[in-house]
Amino acid sequence: MSTAAVTLPQRTHVRTLSWAIPALVILVALPWVAGEYQTILLAYGLVMGIAALGFNLLLGYTGLLSFGHSAYFGVGAYTVALMVKYLGVTSMELFLVGAVGACVLVTAIFGVACVRYTRIFFGILTMALSQVLWSLAFKFFWVTGGTDGLRVPTPTLLGVIAGKGDKIAFLATAYYYYVLAIFVVCVAVMWVIVNSPFGRALQAIRDNEVRAAFVGIQIRKYRWVAFLVSGVFTGLAGALWVPLNGLTTPDIMHWTFSGEIVFMTVLGGFRSFTGPVIGAIVFNYLKTYAVGYTVYWQLLLGVVLVVLVVSLPTGIVGSAERLWARRRSR
Amino acid sequence: MSVLLETRGLVKQFGEFRAVDGVAFRVQDGEVLALIGSNGAGKTTLVNLISGLLRPDAGSIHFRGADVTAQSVHERIGAGIARSFQLVNLFDQLSALDNVALSIFSRQGKTRKLWALAEADRPVWQEALGILATFRMDAKAAVPAGGLSQGERKLLDVAVAYALKPKLLFLDEPTSGVSTREKSPIMDTIASVVRSEGISAAIIEHDMDVVFGYSDRIVAMHQGTILADGTPEQIRRDERVLTTLIGTPEAR
Repeated sequence: MSTAAVTLPQRTHVRTLSWAIPALVILVALPWVAGEYQTILLAYGLVMGIAALGFNLLLGYTGLLSFGHSAYFGVGAYTVALMVKYLGVTSMELFLVGAVGACVLVTAIFGVACVRYTRIFFGILTMALSQVLWSLAFKFFWVTGGTDGLRVPTPTLLGVIAGKGDKIAFLATAYYYYVLAIFVVCVAVMWVIVNSPFGRALQAIRDNEVRAAFVGIQIRKYRWVAFLVSGVFTGLAGALWVPLNGLTTPDIMHWTFSGEIVFMTVLGGFRSFTGPVIGAIVFNYLKTYAVGYTVYWQLLLGVVLVVLVVSLPTGIVGSAERLWARRRSR
Repeated sequence: MSVLLETRGLVKQFGEFRAVDGVAFRVQDGEVLALIGSNGAGKTTLVNLISGLLRPDAGSIHFRGADVTAQSVHERIGAGIARSFQLVNLFDQLSALDNVALSIFSRQGKTRKLWALAEADRPVWQEALGILATFRMDAKAAVPAGGLSQGERKLLDVAVAYALKPKLLFLDEPTSGVSTREKSPIMDTIASVVRSEGISAAIIEHDMDVVFGYSDRIVAMHQGTILADGTPEQIRRDERVLTTLIGTPEAR
């Protein structure tokens, strides 16, 4: 028994690679198989996957339900748009650096206020702060363009690949791979973080705050760091999202967009590492087709959410894992 | 023996109620001490004050000669004060092994590391497994803490505190809610670990067999003050303790 427990970790690593490698092969091969439209749709899914991955560091691992992650997504997106408008920047790398910098600043400040609270109080405060940013984007139209938003032209990737000419082809090939590369890095980085001693400490805080303090963990400080990392991931997603969309509007700062991030994560399953990513990709398809199918798409998604919470509380990934385990035990 | 911990005039007030009322409490280096008293006598409040869960309204706490009254829980743990809980406090979704390993990571300052795989740190896991073995829990290493029996949870709670390598360990009713049959094995395990490592321990306990069987010294509390302080033999003969806490000699 004792040897089984000690060898347990290695098996986790092997299992991780066993799903990561086939998934990566599919994602790399997809543009050759699927059309441009499908590839761009998946790029949106991957971007939202990064956002949900960041969000779930708080929900799944630290036990904090943020209802304000639209703020960080928006900060990422608007930083890019403002860099275009005021600085004339076109380099995607500079966009990413700028977005990360802005998100570090905003989450560091918001975090100080938010990590003093937990549960519903944390949720409400994060939501309130995000609504402040939304109203700024909404009202300061001479800076942010108000409801018209700000246009963002196709950026230059790595200083050489410019999206001149066919924008759709650019987004479906060069930009898709650019997003995919960053997605892979983000997944890998987050995977290390949740499996680090720090990640264990977050899970300890989630399970039992008092005891976490009594094994010497400074809970507020750790929550703050988690908040920062979480917000930066979501902000990075926002920055990657703007060139895809070509435009940023205050909608992505609104609390309902935070709700979508929560939805994706619950859909995929917040108790597993891959859940939020799967959930984001599935949600993206669901929303796209629902919008195309009916004007009552919100109603349709609402029904899906209710059915999901009632029948599959562990989400897609959690339910799939359980089915898999049951089949193997047979 | 030198003084490890000393409180001076410690007071904690909850509204009108003085839970701890000017307590001067001492723990000597290397001793196993029992803290007894009826419910509401102030035992747990005293431990909460010393461990840093509560702030005193007056008085001071000195540990190894340093004033720790204003220190955070984190600093006190660093100094060597650890505790277990009366109502078990564990990380229920994490395995028993993870629970203990977390204490070790924390003690070594490694929980600040975001960029390292916890599972790759072999020495930590080996030490964690060793600690579980010491508490005869190694067979349950992979079981989530939430899935253990009450007795096992009590032991794991102590193991998590022990893994911090404290100099002073407070155990708040380590055998409460545990079947009579499990009590002495649990106390035997705890006592042998504490004594072999030379850790000072202060045990809050109601079970008099445990109190007299395992402690070097007994401190009896009553209504927020210390009623008596002495060896088990002295306490056994102390009239005030007998009448207020244990029951009249006639009744025994």
